Amino acid sequence: MNGFFALVGRDTRIALRQLSDTMMVIVFFVIAAALFPFGVGPEPNLLARMAPGILWVTALLAAMLSFDRLFQNDYDDGTLELLVIAPQPLWMTALAKIVAHWLTTGLPLLVASPVIGIMLILEPSSYGVLMLAMALGTAIISLVGALGAALSLGSRRSGVLLSLLVLPLVIPVLIFGAGAVDAVIGGFAATQQLLILGGLLMACLVVCPWGCAVALRLAAE
Amino acid sequence: MDGFEGTGLACIRSDRIVFAGLDFAVSPGGALILSGPNGSGKSSLLRLMAGIASPAAGEIVWNGMPVSKDPERFFAQMHYVGHRDAVKAALTVRENLAFHAALRGGRAGRTETKSNIGTDINGDIDRALDNVGLAPLADLPARMLSAGQTRRLTLARILATPAPLWLLDEPTIALDYRAVDRLRAAIAAHRAGGGMIVASTNVPLGIDDAATIDLAAHAPEVDVVWGDDSDDPDTGNSP
Repeated sequence: MNGFFALVGRDTRIALRQLSDTMMVIVFFVIAAALFPFGVGPEPNLLARMAPGILWVTALLAAMLSFDRLFQNDYDDGTLELLVIAPQPLWMTALAKIVAHWLTTGLPLLVASPVIGIMLILEPSSYGVLMLAMALGTAIISLVGALGAALSLGSRRSGVLLSLLVLPLVIPVLIFGAGAVDAVIGGFAATQQLLILGGLLMACLVVCPWGCAVALRLAAE
Repeated sequence: MDGFEGTGLACIRSDRIVFAGLDFAVSPGGALILSGPNGSGKSSLLRLMAGIASPAAGEIVWNGMPVSKDPERFFAQMHYVGHRDAVKAALTVRENLAFHAALRGGRAGRTETKSNIGTDINGDIDRALDNVGLAPLADLPARMLSAGQTRRLTLARILATPAPLWLLDEPTIALDYRAVDRLRAAIAAHRAGGGMIVASTNVPLGIDDAATIDLAAHAPEVDVVWGDDSDDPDTGNSP
């Protein structure tokens, strides 16, 4: 567990020192969402209807910007070899990288989303569910994205490959995440959608760190 | 049986046999030098020994137990220093070293927290930095270091946490003669304490009694034509 916290601490510290990388994701999120009122027109009803979908799609695309460098720096400077031969299970190392990624990308997206909700005239009663679904959804996106990043490590044009690998896999997050917010706006309970997101998170927690470990071992070889 | 040994090792990279039928053995206090021309597989052999890559044939045994049976137990017993320095420019010298020490467990398996500042692991880190002459630079960002200083920081890793087996790939690259002297002293002290060393190097490390493996002798029969094997650009990094 020692190495786990050391890795989470190191990655968060590096992210805080190189703040521009994290800021790029958030700035992209805000700007992309802010373009929608210009594109579809400042009609309040239309924007409010589309807000959950816009929020989720832009958050997902913003998160995609961060995955290509999740393992790439460690791969380039030789740290990855040392992570592979560290005396702790490699899935735990991968999980530490994922936790650090969520703290430095998922969490800022989560914090920024209500601001964008206000901008898109999101129904006030739905903010609680939005935050809850976002918390679950961003965690799933970090897990699946890390798997994609590990699999595409070392290949040329890894950015394109990464999008092809990850985006189809996170469609369920999009459906149930936006669905949860839509349900609340429509006056229903969002329990089902949140439970499904929770289930997806559990499944990803089991599969993704392990898959990452296999892919990282191959990439280091 | 105590020691580190391998039998019948073969390495294949991009469908090309780098070496085959290679045996080695190091006993406690022993040293092994890998020699051979560029591209003969010195780094590849060290990566096999470290468990980063797995051999195409053969078996590596640590203290009587095949490494493949319980790799993590073996990993805890060794240090590997590769070509690349694995130093993060955004972190300070001390933070870089503290991370690697914590990753490898530290002496008592502790990380730097408020409650144990000044206890073992920090003492080990200070001693290691002092040993490689980086103590005055401990709080500088690693991006300020020169190539030789970065290499010394990398070598400080093997001093910060104890491990009986050191695998060193060209450890003297970019080092000045005083740093090489320090490395020689560290190696001698390590061996005197029963430690084992495998190093690929072209610079004498003051270990005249070391066994030597000449990788050129284990190359396949067919001569490799220059520039003929380059459909994979990655092979150039660690031949």
